[in-house]
Amino acid sequence: MTDLPLSPDDVAEIVALLDGGGYDRLDIRTTRFRLRVNREGSSWTQDWDFSESDAPATVAETSEAVTLPAGMVGITAPLPGTFYRAPSPGAPPFVEEGDQVGPETVVGIVETMKLMNPVHAGCSGEIVAILADNAAMVEKDAVLMHVSA
Amino acid sequence: MIQRLFIANRGEIALRVIRTAKRLGMTTILGVSAADANSLPARVADEVALVGPAPLAQSYLSVEAVIAAAKVAKADAIHPGYGFLSENAAFAIAAAEAGIIFVGPEVASLRAMGDKLMARKVGIEAGLPVVPGGEAADKAAALARAQETGFPVLLKAVSGGGGKGMKRVDAPDQLDAMIDMAMAEAQASFGDPRIYVERFVAAGRHVEVQVLGDGETAIHLGTRDCSIQRRFQKLVEEAPAPALPDASRAAIEEAAVRLAQHLHYKGAGTVEFLVDAESFDFFFLEMNARIQVEHPVTEAITGVDLIEQQLLIAAGARLSLTQEMVQPGGHAIEVRINAEDANMDFRPSPGTITHAAWPAGPGIRVDTHMSNGGQVPPYYDSLIGKIIVSGKSREEAVAKLSAALAVTHIEGVSTTTPLHQRIAADPRFVAGGVDTRFFEGLA
Repeated sequence: MTDLPLSPDDVAEIVALLDGGGYDRLDIRTTRFRLRVNREGSSWTQDWDFSESDAPATVAETSEAVTLPAGMVGITAPLPGTFYRAPSPGAPPFVEEGDQVGPETVVGIVETMKLMNPVHAGCSGEIVAILADNAAMVEKDAVLMHVSA
Repeated sequence: MIQRLFIANRGEIALRVIRTAKRLGMTTILGVSAADANSLPARVADEVALVGPAPLAQSYLSVEAVIAAAKVAKADAIHPGYGFLSENAAFAIAAAEAGIIFVGPEVASLRAMGDKLMARKVGIEAGLPVVPGGEAADKAAALARAQETGFPVLLKAVSGGGGKGMKRVDAPDQLDAMIDMAMAEAQASFGDPRIYVERFVAAGRHVEVQVLGDGETAIHLGTRDCSIQRRFQKLVEEAPAPALPDASRAAIEEAAVRLAQHLHYKGAGTVEFLVDAESFDFFFLEMNARIQVEHPVTEAITGVDLIEQQLLIAAGARLSLTQEMVQPGGHAIEVRINAEDANMDFRPSPGTITHAAWPAGPGIRVDTHMSNGGQVPPYYDSLIGKIIVSGKSREEAVAKLSAALAVTHIEGVSTTTPLHQRIAADPRFVAGGVDTRFFEGLA
């Protein structure tokens, strides 16, 4: 684990020093971090890179590629998040297989960043298959349902 | 004295707590979900403990998982940050049973304030004025209550905060659908679908008071104004609340201290008020028994490190500050930079931040966990950073805010930076003292 490179006060002091002089840019690179301070008009910016070697192991996430059967239209997730089939726990699902839908029909909810985003069918036809389970994590554009046009 | 501090949160507040805890010589242990294992706070903490997989219910919102991780880490205290388990009485009890200090108020205070209905009751007991309204167990009760107080009404989640589960209803025929939405959001965000009904005050300002208590004495650290909101989500906060007559300000601060004393409050808390923008009449809304997102503006005008105060009080110290020692000076403004697309109805914009240039310089503080290459996971809220500017006067702070936002360049995800540029340029904001309708009138 790395230590905190510089406090916000340190950065403010660095900027105050640079501001009084003729320099427009500071680029510090250490084994642990890189800090760039840039003059922009009468203001200053800071941007940081942290070395990958400090990074804890990441957890790989995979998403399944789904191919669309012939004659089917896919209803996709508008955002990544958690897919829900019903408006609230215990309530009946928005749609079931066999239901007819129109473009504006709400077929589910994707909860992203704690906000409920309705999933509209976006097309007209019959729901042939519901691929995503309730409360499943879905990627953006993941196919949630098949609709026969 | 706390030696091993477990941080049960993520994002900028986790980093913020780590900074102060390290300065105080504590060993910091960050509890992360799998999605945050590579985050900046995880790199900066002395130790990292995996709490669970990415979904909230199995990680940051799981009392069992967090307590188990803190026990394994041999933590002697847990800082819950804001949101998540920060005001969860069951969590505070579980920590105590595990022999770990909960950095927050006593369980009795959490219970008194943890639910907005209970908070109303306690507020009334402490002699504070409250907005007309009350509980609504079901749709019929909500309708009856709404007809009693008159439309428009606000539906609020009993366990709520941060605008989640909060809906404005203008007419009886909208009530049914809005209750469903409010209950679903309340359930998803807080695990509690209960809602209540309150009269909607049209020209209202959101003014809050920072308090600190040690169980015996309580003081305030002045006001903050958080009237600039979108769908009850705060966008801009400033300290002190501008354009407020001195007598009203003093009365609001006094009421906040009265409530803290009534509760024998221990720790940092915020007492929220709805202030009528014309008459300056004020109503107690709730008390947030935790650190708040907007705490830096108070720190900027008082010079007090609120996280340090929380940690000292949690470890059993008496307040080292007296009311006379707190002399707020200058003016500070905070804007919340969210990964959202303001042009697409504020749709969340998770992803990889390819480049993050934040403003820098004297009077500018940036609290963020986002550097170049940072990840904004889709599982959590969209706050990626806060820009806090301060100056000798409000005018100076407003000018500094505009300049700071002009050089804020976050690439790879959509952010609310352009929205804040518009707010900072709005003549109503420049003049100061706007009410909560500000956002609707934003050009």
